[in-house]
Amino acid sequence: MICLVRLKSIVGSATGVAGAAFLAFLLSALTQLPGSAALAADNSILVQSTTSTQNSGLFAHILPLFETQTGIKVKVVAVGTGQALKNARNGDGDVLLVHAKAAEQKFVRGGWGVKRFDLMYNDFVIVGPANDPAKIAGMKDAPAALAKIANAHAIFASRGDNSGTHKAELRLWKLAGGAAAAARGSWYRETGSGMGATLNIAAGIGAYALTDRATWLSFNNKRDLRVLVEGDKRLFNQYGVMLVNPARHKHVNAKQGRAFINWLLSDVGQSAIAGFKVKGRQLFFPNAAPGS
Amino acid sequence: MLNPQKLSDPEPDPRGAILPLTAHEITLRLANEDLLHEIDLVIEARSRTIILGPNGAGKSLLLRVLHGLKAPTSGEVLWAGAPLDSVARARQAMVFQRPVLLRRSALANITFVLHRAKLSRQDREARARAYLEMAELEHRAQTPARLLSGGEQQRLAIVRALALNPEILFLDEPTASLDPAATLAIEQLIDTVHNGGTKIVLVTHDIGQARRLADDVIFLHRGRVAEHSQADVFFAQPTSAAARAFLAGQIVT
Amino acid sequence: MSDDSSVLSLALRLLATGDDNLYAIIGLSMRVSLAAVGLGCLLGIPLGAALAVLRFPGRTVVTALLNSFMGLPPVVVGLLIYLLLSRSGPLGFLGLLYTPSAMIIAQTLLVTPIVAALSRQTIADLNDEYAELFRSLDLGLAARLGALIRDGRYSLMTAALAGFGRAIAEVGAVMIVGGNIAGATRVMTTAIALETSKGELALAIALGLILIALAMAVNLMVLGLNNFAQRRAYA
Repeated sequence: MICLVRLKSIVGSATGVAGAAFLAFLLSALTQLPGSAALAADNSILVQSTTSTQNSGLFAHILPLFETQTGIKVKVVAVGTGQALKNARNGDGDVLLVHAKAAEQKFVRGGWGVKRFDLMYNDFVIVGPANDPAKIAGMKDAPAALAKIANAHAIFASRGDNSGTHKAELRLWKLAGGAAAAARGSWYRETGSGMGATLNIAAGIGAYALTDRATWLSFNNKRDLRVLVEGDKRLFNQYGVMLVNPARHKHVNAKQGRAFINWLLSDVGQSAIAGFKVKGRQLFFPNAAPGS
Repeated sequence: MLNPQKLSDPEPDPRGAILPLTAHEITLRLANEDLLHEIDLVIEARSRTIILGPNGAGKSLLLRVLHGLKAPTSGEVLWAGAPLDSVARARQAMVFQRPVLLRRSALANITFVLHRAKLSRQDREARARAYLEMAELEHRAQTPARLLSGGEQQRLAIVRALALNPEILFLDEPTASLDPAATLAIEQLIDTVHNGGTKIVLVTHDIGQARRLADDVIFLHRGRVAEHSQADVFFAQPTSAAARAFLAGQIVT
Repeated sequence: MSDDSSVLSLALRLLATGDDNLYAIIGLSMRVSLAAVGLGCLLGIPLGAALAVLRFPGRTVVTALLNSFMGLPPVVVGLLIYLLLSRSGPLGFLGLLYTPSAMIIAQTLLVTPIVAALSRQTIADLNDEYAELFRSLDLGLAARLGALIRDGRYSLMTAALAGFGRAIAEVGAVMIVGGNIAGATRVMTTAIALETSKGELALAIALGLILIALAMAVNLMVLGLNNFAQRRAYA
């Protein structure tokens, strides 16, 4: 119905028959400029975060709880960790929630963030086609599994986008002897895309890939991809949260940003994270330091 | 069919201000060929001047040069002794062989040119309707101009030109593609316009039309004025060989 | 959703169940794209008309430039607008990044060259017909442009439609400057991209079908108007 009414207004506008109505529409489109800017500063915060937290549905689960408790609206921009760090560094966000601990610490040391907190963790898994040409199924040593993939010249789909997962993957390749970079373009394929897009590609061509477990469990186009390697402690995936430094960017909504961070770290927030399940499985494990 | 009262300008009409029209040694050269060659003409007020000649003689080009749509290669066009200025520009109008009508109603085609006159919306529309009446198109006021018949379109173009209240009206073969009945209506309309005091300069290659309308005739041949004389003299005793041959119905090139 | 349910029936079910989120997303898509097309027309049609009518040195170069801007990569435009509107950018103080306004600005930049280039062609054709009359009437530039745009309005709708097609289907620019924020800047195309990345391919295609249907509805209405105009000899 709404749609119909809108369509009518479109017809009117496009024809010029209702030129005046169209002008009014344009004006309303323009006058909402200052409105939305004010809204951004008033009672909402912007969180720069990663695709894994958004795509898995974590935010959809915990944000309504926070919003009803505090009345603060949380807007999430979900991009790769590298991009999120860059955006936050530009001041385009109030809170940063990502998973690349070293890069996050550097971010805070550079004065872009105030203080970083451990928030939660899960783990990475290596997935691959069911026929497993590199024969890595069941291995407990992730770098060794990658080395076998390299030896078999089996196709591996890498994010290649400087995301948290990509950084974790590069660390593992280094431990495996660093064969991947040289094979770029042959069996080592950099998709330059998000986790979901990379999994779609891996499923499409039967490639191996490293993925965080949350995205994997909620991903719905697995085809014959399977989890082949898991449980190595080097596959640990830590998420951190921090406030963008209001001393650097004075428009940062520090008060409400802090409220959000404190809530996430509180018992209420931590149990909300623990309570998020997909198909009966918990995807994120809260591990905020008590009293932080 | 004409009601001159309705159409009279509210302000005193300075008719005769821009005429006579003088062409002084006009040459138009294109690709090293003189399409018009050293044309000298004096066109007086009031009368109906017919520019006659075979196809390719340069009639339409001459009309465009006189009206100021085309600049001559050399020579000049003078309005009451002075070069074209905005007053002379505003006091003349032209009707094209294929009428150029706006994609609007017949009425809107006329109100469009009335925008220059400082009139209220009602006055403008009333005047436009009077011009439509003059062209016997009042019943087609709301018809899209481009859905009118060929004859109706040309009549509309003529009264639209007239709505500019010109002192001189140029017409370029206005009946070239019309049947006899439509041609007759156009010629009657031209008569009406002329009776209202407007100078007519009309290009045609139709001898019959020239006989019916002309007060004086300019006979153009190969870009030159072969003769310019009163109509009765021209048709009775043409002095140039080309005009004699043309009037005798021979193919003249 | 089960695998055996057809995508089409899924699309219909999505619409029929009247999901508020879906309608909000459709509404925002329409609002952003229409505003961009409106602004694109306000800028592009006079620009195209002026290019069609005016003779000046370098006109060919400007025309070629405009024509090539029709193919501006949305991601590049998105990035440019991001750099402008980012808090660290020159216009950061406006606080427009990640708002529908930012999306409208980016899409206006994409739509304007299309509208201008197509308008230029349309108006140039019409001007060929009207030029002598206008000279005879001694019309000023503004009056000439006004009459050409008014009389070309039905043909110009095709230009606006091409711009709309570009805007409604565009994902790269709105993703970057809008941020695909749920309930704030999520539009049809970014929602489709999101569902694709979640592997919800059937849902993504169902949303795509709805988007196509919307675009088709708009096209049909404009073409219908055009037909009407043609019958009335206004086009």
